[in-house]
Amino acid sequence: MPTQADDTRAARAGFVSCWSCKGPVAAQALFCHTCGAIQPPTQLDHFRRLGLEPAFDVDLDVAEKRYLGFQRAIHPDRFASKPAKERAFAEAQAVALNQAYETLKDPLRRAAYLLKLNGIEASVSRDETVRDPELLMEAMEAREALMEATSLEKVEKLQAKAGADAIAILADLSKAFASDDLKAANRLATRLKYLRKYLDETRARRIALEQAEGTA
Amino acid sequence: MTALLQIHEPGETPEPHAEERGIAIGIDLGTTNSVVAVVDGEQPEVLRDAHGDGLIPSVVALMQDGVIVGREAQDLRAKHPDRVVSSIKRLMGRGVHDVKALAGVLPYKIAASGDSVGMVRLEVAGRSVTPIEISAEILKAVKARAEQSLGQDVIKAVVTVPAYFDDAARSATKDAAKLAGLDVLRLVNEPTAAALAYGLDSGAEGVYAIYDLGGGTFDISLLRLQKGVFQVLATGGDSALGGDDFDHVLAERAIATSGLENLNEAGAAALLLAARAAKEQLTQQDRVKLTAEIGGKKIDVTISRREFEALIDSLVQRTVRACRQVLDDARITPKEIQGVVLVGGSTRVPLVRRRVEEFFGRAPLADIDPDEVVAVGAALQAKALTRGSDTLLLDVIPLSLGIETMGGIVEKVIDRNTPIPVAKAQDFTTYQDGQTGMLIHVVQGERETVDACRSLGRFELLGIPPMVAGAARIQVTFAVDADGLLTVSAMEKTTGIRAEIAVKPSYGLTDAEMADMLRDSLVHAREDMEQRLLIEARVEAERVLLALDAALAADGALLSEEERAAIDSAIAKLRQAIRGEERDLINAAVDGLDHATHAFAQRRMDRAVAQALKGHSLDEIEASMATDPAPGGGRTGRPGAAD
Repeated sequence: MPTQADDTRAARAGFVSCWSCKGPVAAQALFCHTCGAIQPPTQLDHFRRLGLEPAFDVDLDVAEKRYLGFQRAIHPDRFASKPAKERAFAEAQAVALNQAYETLKDPLRRAAYLLKLNGIEASVSRDETVRDPELLMEAMEAREALMEATSLEKVEKLQAKAGADAIAILADLSKAFASDDLKAANRLATRLKYLRKYLDETRARRIALEQAEGTA
Repeated sequence: MTALLQIHEPGETPEPHAEERGIAIGIDLGTTNSVVAVVDGEQPEVLRDAHGDGLIPSVVALMQDGVIVGREAQDLRAKHPDRVVSSIKRLMGRGVHDVKALAGVLPYKIAASGDSVGMVRLEVAGRSVTPIEISAEILKAVKARAEQSLGQDVIKAVVTVPAYFDDAARSATKDAAKLAGLDVLRLVNEPTAAALAYGLDSGAEGVYAIYDLGGGTFDISLLRLQKGVFQVLATGGDSALGGDDFDHVLAERAIATSGLENLNEAGAAALLLAARAAKEQLTQQDRVKLTAEIGGKKIDVTISRREFEALIDSLVQRTVRACRQVLDDARITPKEIQGVVLVGGSTRVPLVRRRVEEFFGRAPLADIDPDEVVAVGAALQAKALTRGSDTLLLDVIPLSLGIETMGGIVEKVIDRNTPIPVAKAQDFTTYQDGQTGMLIHVVQGERETVDACRSLGRFELLGIPPMVAGAARIQVTFAVDADGLLTVSAMEKTTGIRAEIAVKPSYGLTDAEMADMLRDSLVHAREDMEQRLLIEARVEAERVLLALDAALAADGALLSEEERAAIDSAIAKLRQAIRGEERDLINAAVDGLDHATHAFAQRRMDRAVAQALKGHSLDEIEASMATDPAPGGGRTGRPGAAD
């Protein structure tokens, strides 16, 4: 057995030892290039797991293509008749891959994750009340407007406005990350989270009004 | 040289070992009927009885001289209502508490139990049995039909479950299969199986809705099909709504119009059969007579299709509401749906087709028999899992998972419709100074209070070191595997104390009960177990040999002739052991080979490291040329290499 010191040296060179043929295998490889055995997942950030550079602007088509391509190769269904060990590695790979893609495909989760990679525990990942007074005021006013909106038309207007705001934030987020203004990015992400919640509320309100009109 | 030919491409499943090559069947374990299909050559085929009938009624009769399943059991119902059980699927994974709500509606007697928790038991023929045992009897009959049709033993199977089945119902189904002597390769959602049957045939692309109205359950699923990947986008439904309910409203109407009173069990069963016959005729006719003779009294009620439709419309509307909810969840409008697939015998009811067509704005697909389409898809998946395939199912978890927090509030850990397999960790803390234990209550469902969700299990994490309230960090990890089955583990982060459970207590069998039942059923006798271990040892030994062959082909030059000879002799020993019947000898020979190749492995690693260090500057040049990092290959993302 290689010693721990050897392992560290190999890891520094980007290698681990293949569990099956014991030979060197690239640290993030899904399969051993020598014996073809599936490898357990290694520590990789969600972006690199999908072969992407960490950035807010992600080509989702590329991300999806890679996700599906990797799933094809490592999904546990491909290993259903294999020994338990290989099944477990396939499952662990699929878990890591699902987690990576689920995080990246959603702009809010992607932003929070990117902040975390940069050492900032984003306020959106903590389930706490908003402290930004400006946002707090905006939220209160918007809720009041929604409570007072008694016609379907008014609710739809509020919904459209919030939807447009949410889309505009995505562009701002992209700019903030591009210019490394993480503080602004954190604030924008919090605002996006609030807007999503608000959009859910407007949707619920709309459905309630529709039903009320339907029965009237 | 042959060794090189045996290396498979990454991801490609190599031909299984001879002893493992047994055929795998697909089973639709339905509420009303079960169907078994297989892909023996290229085309899936439903296995039928001598009369060409593919349906095995999911009816079990516990007679004095043995168990009878299927049509014969159905025929025994009128005479022995206390010995015949049907619609057992509705009780899979259910607790005593759930069943109380259904009292009077269900065609079976619930065994009296002092417990208010735990799995429901039935009283049949004076015996107390679990839904799992009854389902196992159905699966045994299914297995027997397959073995007779195919002329060989059948062990492996893909079994389908409603997409909406919770964890308790899924593990109950898996346990039933185990009791029947089946090795479940995968539990597959019924709508996914149906889409698989259609998708492969037509090469369809886009988002499809699968509307599955069976005897006792309703499921609606949205699947995205593209280039052979089936992705479940969202699922929803109602696990207690189906064609049986149509029979019930018809029977109630008959009771109301004929002034029938005090129906006994046999009478109720006979009336339900008559109602079902009437319902079936109403798919073709505008007006039918519902006739039965019950307790000497003749019943003769005429029902028009219009009346029938008025009776069931609210039930059908419930399915439409569920469709709308699922579309909303997935943020998809009915217009974006490429096609609607109908599954389940109840989709033959014209009103159902009409309502589905109205909602989705297009005529549904129904060219594969809606009773058989799920089993056909299961057979295709069984083939994919054993012989490889170009298609891939990416499934999701149907109901959110969470744990109970202070005040009976649910904290969600995994949201519904998250792709599986998935693992998620969440931190919790203590709320009292010096608290050393923590009870973790796992629930499944969408509501915010524990009472409104289903309780899956409770377990206790002990030995938390005493700290002030809020100082401990308890990390709870939920892992859902590709079958949709949950394992929960917990760890106190500051000390590393762990607890782990496979969640199956509240409504499932305990491990001890399972062991007892397996012993009783004699399907996994001791010799079987020994045989299994031997096969496993051989498979592992073959794997070691293949991996070493590949390593020798790549790096054999690193060995002296003498070293190579030592390895070859260890290989020969292992080959010989594999041909024998002694598991211990095989394992010893594997260890011997491992020892003989120690130095070889070490040298391979050393050389790779040396080469990597030598190539360091080369890598940096490559990185500075900003080549797109190839996914999975190469050594990308090394610190300092980014631009």
